[in-house]
Amino acid sequence: MTVLRVLFVLVGLALSGAASAQVDDEAIRATIARFADSKNFRETEEIVRDLAATGDVRVERPLSALSDGNLSFRKSDRQVFIAPERGQTATLFDPLTGEAAGEAPKGDFTKVKVNNSLRRTIRDVISGLTLASPDPVVRLAAARTMFIAPDAANLEALDAAIAAETVTSVKISLEAARASTILVSDAPDAAKFDAIALLGQRGDRETLSLLTGFAARSQGDLQAAAQRAIDTIGKSLALWDIGQNIWYGISLGSVLLLAAIGLAITFGVMGVINMAHGEMVMIGAYTTFVVQSVIRSSFPGLFDWSLTIALPLAFLVAGAVGLALERGVIRFLYGRPLETLLATWGVSLILQQAVRTIFGPTNQEVGNPSWMSGGFQIGQLALTWNRLWIVVFALAVFGLLLYIFKRTAWGLQMRAVTANRRMASSMGIRTPWVDAFTFALGSGIAGIAGVALSQIDNVSPNLGQGYIIDSFMVVVFGGVGNLWGTLVGAFSLGIVNKFLEPYAGAVLGKILVLVLIILFIQKRPRGLFALKGRSVEA
Amino acid sequence: MRGMIATLAKRVSGAALAGLMMAGAATAQEDTIKVGILHSLSGTMAISETTLKDVMLMLVEQQNAKGGLLGKKLEAVVVDPASDWPLFAEKARELISVNGVSAVFGCWTSVSRKSVLPVFEELNSILFYPVQYEGEESQRNVFYTGAAPNQQAIPAVDYLMNEEGVERWVLAGTDYVYPRTTNKILEAYLESKGVAAEDIMINYTPFGHSDWQTIVSDIKTFGSAGKKTAVVSTINGDANVPFYKELGNQGVKAEDIPVVAFSVGEEELAGLDTAPLVGHLTAWNYFQSVDTPENAEFIAAWKEFTKNPDRVTNDPMEAHYIGFNMWVKAVEKAGTTDSDAVIDAMIGVSVPNLTGGYSAMMPNHHITKPVLIGEIQADGQMETVWETTGLVVGDEWSDYLPDSKDLIADWRAPMSCGNFNVATGKCGGKGVN
Repeated sequence: MTVLRVLFVLVGLALSGAASAQVDDEAIRATIARFADSKNFRETEEIVRDLAATGDVRVERPLSALSDGNLSFRKSDRQVFIAPERGQTATLFDPLTGEAAGEAPKGDFTKVKVNNSLRRTIRDVISGLTLASPDPVVRLAAARTMFIAPDAANLEALDAAIAAETVTSVKISLEAARASTILVSDAPDAAKFDAIALLGQRGDRETLSLLTGFAARSQGDLQAAAQRAIDTIGKSLALWDIGQNIWYGISLGSVLLLAAIGLAITFGVMGVINMAHGEMVMIGAYTTFVVQSVIRSSFPGLFDWSLTIALPLAFLVAGAVGLALERGVIRFLYGRPLETLLATWGVSLILQQAVRTIFGPTNQEVGNPSWMSGGFQIGQLALTWNRLWIVVFALAVFGLLLYIFKRTAWGLQMRAVTANRRMASSMGIRTPWVDAFTFALGSGIAGIAGVALSQIDNVSPNLGQGYIIDSFMVVVFGGVGNLWGTLVGAFSLGIVNKFLEPYAGAVLGKILVLVLIILFIQKRPRGLFALKGRSVEA
Repeated sequence: MRGMIATLAKRVSGAALAGLMMAGAATAQEDTIKVGILHSLSGTMAISETTLKDVMLMLVEQQNAKGGLLGKKLEAVVVDPASDWPLFAEKARELISVNGVSAVFGCWTSVSRKSVLPVFEELNSILFYPVQYEGEESQRNVFYTGAAPNQQAIPAVDYLMNEEGVERWVLAGTDYVYPRTTNKILEAYLESKGVAAEDIMINYTPFGHSDWQTIVSDIKTFGSAGKKTAVVSTINGDANVPFYKELGNQGVKAEDIPVVAFSVGEEELAGLDTAPLVGHLTAWNYFQSVDTPENAEFIAAWKEFTKNPDRVTNDPMEAHYIGFNMWVKAVEKAGTTDSDAVIDAMIGVSVPNLTGGYSAMMPNHHITKPVLIGEIQADGQMETVWETTGLVVGDEWSDYLPDSKDLIADWRAPMSCGNFNVATGKCGGKGVN
């Protein structure tokens, strides 16, 4: 009997719970349905606020979908769905529960329009809804949003969240958010002083922005306190800026190194003024594009590996073009620098126009694999993954080349031929083939540089032109014929450039660097690391 | 052996000559109206201009399918000025004097337009210029179908000021005449709206600039002064892709610091993964995404013509569409292709544009256009978030620059002047004329 009664009560409870959820559902669904009738952004914003006012965490789903541009309604019955599009079809999901609701042609749906200010509103209301989320990552995101966009109305919710928080990192973020909220509220001055003190310890740009805004609004002691905090943050940021500049310089240097390292072989070691060097870089970049297109259409799962696959292919393709160039043109012109210059310049134009004819004049899309997208922070230092990987890659290529030159038989032959061609020939080295393969190696290295540069620059027929001058500059500055010179030259040019840029601007900075190099070459015509000995005279 | 080669050479040249003569006879028989196309098909600008050559070929083909013009077939004459500014002038001269074209559709950069101006004046021909530009010019032989600053830059700044509440401005551009003039106008405009000088940061970069790390981080620093900040970008061509990549990687979100660009269209975004850029803005007079029957028809025809379902359409293409149809209408009105008659007939001609309205040629040789502000979407298209209620008349001489605020252009009969000074009541002042 008792058991029965308990069961009865339980069922009753469950039923009533279900019923109230049902009512809520209905209300929320009715609000969501209004998106279909919204005529402008202002009306959409009202609906967003109405949804947020229900306080139901589940509305986060349709709101995020709206913010991402995935919320659509069916033209026939004006029913609202989450409908991310792929090609011509849209996959449908229920806006509230996220249950799959089949697929339909994209043309049957109209997207609910969204703009920046709506996205901001959605971000703010979602942070309010998700402050109590069980997932600490979501709570952290909510705290960050409230920190950047403080709203005095959130103060109580923040106090409650701080009291309930168990994860330390989230708690720190929540306290920062509370401090920034206090600054916009009408809290007593004492609380504001505490908030300024707390924010002053953070020392990042967002805090600086908040405090500057606050200092402009406030008066008297509060303003003075805020100003002191601003000055402290400013000082520490100035130090970080120097570090940041060095990093930018290293990163630019690594790009220069990559672009120049192939030339360090063809021009530096072999002495061929190779104006078609930039086009080898471009060929490498286009190889990456072709590899990615094949992967996109046939093996989408392999996309993160596309660069790894493209590397050897780019080396082979650009190397083969280089080999053909050496055998077909350059070998007839050894010892005639002016003609080599003109001939390779002509070849570079031919290659550019050939690529333009095959692939079209427009940019080709080369995607970043996921491990090369975005960035991270160390203190106030912002590092981006693609730049970091390019630095690593440039150094690896440099190391590999150094190994080939110093430790392999082929490297020995190359050095022998450059040092004294006739002697090498007498020793039984087939100098024409060493020439051909050295040139192919230089071109192949330029090709793999193209793979890396496709990640940060346009893949267009003009890609190579942008790098040819810089490459020559690096090789000449570093010292012709010396790989280490190229390394040091590239990084010092990169860092000098980046330290000049903030003061002189990008245009003047570039000019200044050129002038510096010209002056330097006047003083040391053979560059930083001049080769010594008899080979210089030969 | 040598004799054989010589005979062979004679034969070949003889055949070639005969062929040439036959070709000449054929054209003489058909008597076509020739249209010159002066767009770079190689060199740096090929990336943007090749598309315009293709769209002109399509328009000529369509007009011929409709029965041609004045009972004659149209014939497109394509030359390649190879992104080389002096070569533009030479090729323009070749088109007009050697090929005898009735009108030329061409140029992209302002410097190429400036280089051909004297040629068109001297030989009294007609140029249709389809790209948004810095204004400060009105020439009798040129019809400007792209936007003047008041049809693009100023409405975009108004939008940011009113809808996004922007108070701090970064004006970033490539270092040449269009960005410099546009930024000068914008700076004067912002100051007239009460923006303090320290809230404006101006930055120029060389053509093809690829290392944006410092500038993007400067923008972030500039944006952390407690005021809403936006970037107005007149960065041109290839430099845009690395700029947007750096923005995405350094986490500059459109919600925080929006970038509004005047030179970035569907074509430029085609080489880019736009997912991190959603919400950044562009200002144009046409987007491919505009939902009108005319536009749908144009896009379908374009994809059919290029045989490529992925090809996109953009604003300068629409400008050529409008310009070409205006020229056709003016020639029909004048009943001749004679330059003077067509130039007079052009003013007041009104043709449908692709955004669902009619664009008219004004007496200052600029046209009326709607202004659209669009947000970049994840699929590389723009979605209109704001547009002017009516059409905006192109203003050739900016009202915000002290040098040009008193100047107007009116090419109708009594005045017939490209730079009439209303303060002194005289024709002539600053400018090319």
